[in-house]
Amino acid sequence: MLMAVLRSLLLALCLLGSVAPAWSIAVDTPLDDPVLEARARAIHKQLRCLVCQNQSIEDSNATLARDLRVLVRERITAGDSDDAALSFIVDRYGDWVLLQPPVKSGTMVLWLGPALFLILAIVSIAVWYRRRPSPVVAATTPLSADEQARLKALLGDGDPV
Amino acid sequence: MEEAPRRLWTRLVPLAVALIIGGFLFAGLSLRPKDIPSVLIGKAVPDFDLPALPGRPKGLQTADLKGQISLVNVFASWCVSCRAEHPLFMKLKAQGVVPVHGLNYKDEGPAALAWLARYGDPYDRVGHDLKGRVGIDWGVYGVPETFLINAEGRIACKHIGPVMDRDLEEKLLPAIEALRRGGVAQC
Repeated sequence: MLMAVLRSLLLALCLLGSVAPAWSIAVDTPLDDPVLEARARAIHKQLRCLVCQNQSIEDSNATLARDLRVLVRERITAGDSDDAALSFIVDRYGDWVLLQPPVKSGTMVLWLGPALFLILAIVSIAVWYRRRPSPVVAATTPLSADEQARLKALLGDGDPV
Repeated sequence: MEEAPRRLWTRLVPLAVALIIGGFLFAGLSLRPKDIPSVLIGKAVPDFDLPALPGRPKGLQTADLKGQISLVNVFASWCVSCRAEHPLFMKLKAQGVVPVHGLNYKDEGPAALAWLARYGDPYDRVGHDLKGRVGIDWGVYGVPETFLINAEGRIACKHIGPVMDRDLEEKLLPAIEALRRGGVAQC
């Protein structure tokens, strides 16, 4: 009897677990105007979820991400431009919420760093190649008269010794 | 033979590179990527006006945070680590260091009141942010969070996560002391 009750409780819990994500999507009602909704979606994709840090708020199930999605839709409906809606969120959470960091003096290292490293690598390789003693040069040094005589002897050119 | 000094120097390059990378990695050990620095530090607290919890006097609004140094603690009855830091706020209230206000974040009124009845109520004022909209204005992304507000009503510090004894001793209390002396809080 007890086991049966426990088993059905467990089943109920499992079912509840599988339903929960569907609820969170159901609460997230899209805007009626498809153009506005598309703009809101585009903004959602640019915003980082603060709770699960490597997801955009579009992808995240966190409640804060949902609140922010709703907020962005509200700003768009209220007539905000895309930039205004984005900076509304940035004013509260900082540049950190932008998945693509803005280009400013503080982020120059981030943006130019890879290019600088590439240039540095190309220059170092070029320098290394130029400095390397060339084996071709060594081989073309003409042989002295002694060496030529020995070579001749070794190759067996002319009379056998 | 004449090339020997140059070779020694080139052999040290990998060591130097390893040391530099190691230095960055070592610094990375003490970074806390979950702590996102607030952009609101030094700025006036957001414009807001929150009702009191049903049955509890005194809600919380912008004007309440001007005139004296105070702490604003973002809490909720569903937040487990809020319970961990709660005794510390009870202690702060008993010592009367600075007034502590509560921002009850996305919580049902009765649940919040029951929680306060059970664990103690250290708060002077508590704003009930049922929808979490004011929390967003404050840049709240994880509960608990604690803000130190200076006498002009500007945000001086933000602590993310539960305030533990060490955070209080090493961060918040020195910051409060600095503000009292009219200086800038380092935190």
